[in-house]
Amino acid sequence: MIGYVLEVVQAALALLLAPGLVGLVRFLKARLQNRRGAPVWQPYWELTKLFRKEVVVSNNASWLFRATPFIVFASTVAVTFLVPILAVPLPFDGIGDLLVVVYLLLLGTFFLSLAGLDPGSPFGGMGASREMTVAALAEPTVALAIFALALSAGSTNLGQIVARTMTDPGTALSPGHLLAFGALFIVTLAETGRLPIDNPATHLELTMIHEAMVLEYSGRYLALVEWAAAVKLLIFFALLGNLFVPWGVSMTLTAATLAIAVASLLAKLVLLAGAVAVFETRVAKLRLFRVPELLSASFVLALLAVTSSFLLR
Amino acid sequence: MALEQILLGIVFAAYAIGALAALAARGALGRALVSGGALAGALGGLGLGTVCLGGGRTPIFGASFLPLTGFMVRIDGLSAFFLVLIGLVGAAAAVYGYGYSAAYEGRYSLRMLGAMLNVLLLSLSLQVMADNALTFLIAWEAMSLSAYALVLTEHDRPGTQRAGRWYIAVTHAGFAALVAMFLLMAAGDLTTSFASMRTAALAPRIRDAAFVLALFGFGTKAGVVPLHVWLPMAHPVAPSHVSALMSGVVIKMGVYGLVRVTVDLLGGGPAWWGGLVLGVGTVSALLGVLYALMEHDLKRLLAFHSVENIGIIFIGLGAGLMFQSFGLTTLAALGITAGLYHTINHACFKGLLFFGAGAVLHATGTRNMERMGGLIKRMPRTAFCFLVGACAISALPPLNGFVSEWLVFQTLLGGSVIPQPEVAAIMPIAVAMLALTSGLAAACFVKAFGISFLAIPRSLEAERAHEAPRSMQAGMVWLVLLCAGLGLAPALVLGLLGAAVSGLGRFGPTDVVWSLGLPLRVAGGVGEMSSPLLALGLALMLGLIPLGLWLAGADRRVRIGETWGCGRIGQTARMEYTATAFAEPLRRVFAELYRPSRDLSIDFHPASKYFVQSIEYRSEIHPWFERVLYDPLLHVLGGVATRVRGLQGGSVHLYLAYMTLALLVLLTVARWWR
Repeated sequence: MIGYVLEVVQAALALLLAPGLVGLVRFLKARLQNRRGAPVWQPYWELTKLFRKEVVVSNNASWLFRATPFIVFASTVAVTFLVPILAVPLPFDGIGDLLVVVYLLLLGTFFLSLAGLDPGSPFGGMGASREMTVAALAEPTVALAIFALALSAGSTNLGQIVARTMTDPGTALSPGHLLAFGALFIVTLAETGRLPIDNPATHLELTMIHEAMVLEYSGRYLALVEWAAAVKLLIFFALLGNLFVPWGVSMTLTAATLAIAVASLLAKLVLLAGAVAVFETRVAKLRLFRVPELLSASFVLALLAVTSSFLLR
Repeated sequence: MALEQILLGIVFAAYAIGALAALAARGALGRALVSGGALAGALGGLGLGTVCLGGGRTPIFGASFLPLTGFMVRIDGLSAFFLVLIGLVGAAAAVYGYGYSAAYEGRYSLRMLGAMLNVLLLSLSLQVMADNALTFLIAWEAMSLSAYALVLTEHDRPGTQRAGRWYIAVTHAGFAALVAMFLLMAAGDLTTSFASMRTAALAPRIRDAAFVLALFGFGTKAGVVPLHVWLPMAHPVAPSHVSALMSGVVIKMGVYGLVRVTVDLLGGGPAWWGGLVLGVGTVSALLGVLYALMEHDLKRLLAFHSVENIGIIFIGLGAGLMFQSFGLTTLAALGITAGLYHTINHACFKGLLFFGAGAVLHATGTRNMERMGGLIKRMPRTAFCFLVGACAISALPPLNGFVSEWLVFQTLLGGSVIPQPEVAAIMPIAVAMLALTSGLAAACFVKAFGISFLAIPRSLEAERAHEAPRSMQAGMVWLVLLCAGLGLAPALVLGLLGAAVSGLGRFGPTDVVWSLGLPLRVAGGVGEMSSPLLALGLALMLGLIPLGLWLAGADRRVRIGETWGCGRIGQTARMEYTATAFAEPLRRVFAELYRPSRDLSIDFHPASKYFVQSIEYRSEIHPWFERVLYDPLLHVLGGVATRVRGLQGGSVHLYLAYMTLALLVLLTVARWWR
């Protein structure tokens, strides 16, 4: 029973923390760039405000445009039930493994891209086209990183991957894991629309991807889409943090270990947010047609990860 | 009389009646009889397959059953599974065809269409039940020829004749390979039953030769790269319910044949067999989807996706064959099961998508996506059905495409246990290529659905589009339900597939054991997944979000406005993103493969080059490897044909002399051969 409660707590925590995480990255970036920056909780105010505003829907759009925010939000929240955020093993482990997580997120991307095309705006089409290009090219890296993890854990089940690294801490430092971490980090930047692939801070630039795609959204629809994007960022951070450095994740479900789990989760999120902020400050946005080069670099990392896991078995 | 005999009788009788009715009756009655016959036959086959698969029975019907000697029919698990597949899609095509062929009234030969449709379904059913080479080959040829006649239905359209020629040439090259293969395996006697072929002790070299011939022969039918050239030509020009049957069922006979011969009759082989099938599958999957991305003819796009999905099926089968050669029978069974699961899934969603494309073609008269748009408002039901098909083929959970691709992934991930590391290293490459394929497929279907159905109509025809007739909708809804059902009940499907695989070749019942609880955990696989619970979770979530919004007091007002456009006034279809533009980033990324040729001509204003009067942009893709492979072949064939033409004197005496000469040569050869 406590497992089920924990599942709900975990999903609620992810929903609650996600906007703050986005705010934190923005805040850290601002400080690194010698700006004061908006406070960390700014995204919460933005979401609250958006939920209170009326929705404007294009007269060209169909029901799909209005259903998409719900589909995107639902599929993203569904993932938070499957990803080990606080504890393993959880009762829903058997519902979906790492492959399911990847394809559930693809479901959201798929519908968001369709919604980008729906109002007939060239911006939306451009964003949709680029989003799907990046998503498709990131896919092999993700699959290979999963392969590398599955090789050392003997399973694609998230709970088992975490448990396996906990019992054998040496694997966390194996070249396979390190290379797979590097590959997944680049994929995280691509999938969550960060620099150097996409720029989350620009509106109406021809370089943008995600922002162009959701340009027609407003009010509560935009709030759902933006919230889901924040949750997606948190999911990727949780995967990076808990699959590769699982310490802190509660395995016994007592109050003390859960408290440690929350604390370690926060610490990992702050660290990763800092890493992304530094990275985003250091690099410039890549031209769109240079993005495949970065993604193939991540693919090579993942391939090396698998190969080294093979050789060092 | 046993139930199976009755059902088999129904299958043969119904198709025969359907075919004869096509020749006799005209108008709506004729179409109804044709569809009725095909529907009854398909349902009979479905019942027969279900009875045999569910009851674990393998009835044999000998030569006495049919008037011709040498016929042998046996229904084992694999046959029963394919009978179910033919029945499911055939029934949908029969119903859909009733409405679709109405537009052909008075324009094209409905007699030929109706008769050949029934002959095709009959030969498909006979094909999978065949128990000796003769029956198999006769059914194969009947299937190829009836499909050829169906492809030529719209014979006066540009491209149809050419497509037909390519199809018939490639398919006969394959047929020749199959005859040679069976002659090798049956030691020259085509009436040898499959049972004795299973036990025949063949020399390894003969087995290898038979395998290569099988891969070529069945590969031509399945449309794997590089034998796929006919497929994107022939499938689009056929009437849409025939396209659905061809992509959904006919090309699956290549899969059936390959499994029957390599896994069942030959009982598996060395590792390179599986490696070759896996390699061919990987290349087909990737190239299929890459060419589909550049295609803006909706039906051609779907045809290229058939190449892709056949590739995915071959990946599963190839991995299975490979595991079998290393004695990993559980994993081998998983690979073959995953391949077969994807086979039935692809039959359902590709049938559905071709039906959707057919409904669009029916309503707008065009297959060019650049002239569509806004159809979701004009034909909402078709749009919804097409969307379900698009999600399924893009492997989005919890639909059927996802379940089978997940199984293929599980098979490949399990491949790390292969004792030889240099062989096992193939698996991660295949995993990466499969992942890239499924990502690109999702991109392609965002394009296909988004450009065709969403936003503003790009032409007058699209603006005047209308919803498809009821019968066509019924066909689509049936397949939508199947896509959902096959996705939500994987345990049930895997149970039946286990029964189909466990009787094959060297597989025993103990090799195919799945633990089929709600979380699906397959033997040899490395993960768990539960698509019904996933669907339940998603549905719950979709219900809870609006509830949450309502409870939180979110604003509920909706205003309808113009699409925002940087201050320009009025939006026209010309401002929309096009299919070409959508695929442009990927065209650049894979420019090395596509080698696109671009032709840009701009007319400047005579006064200043900053004012453009007109702009013309042309871009073309040339599949270069097809040229490299086929141009020399066609050149040689053309040269030979020109020489041979000299023999054609037109005189009967000359031909009689040729025949006598040929007979003498053959007799001499036969005499001195022994």
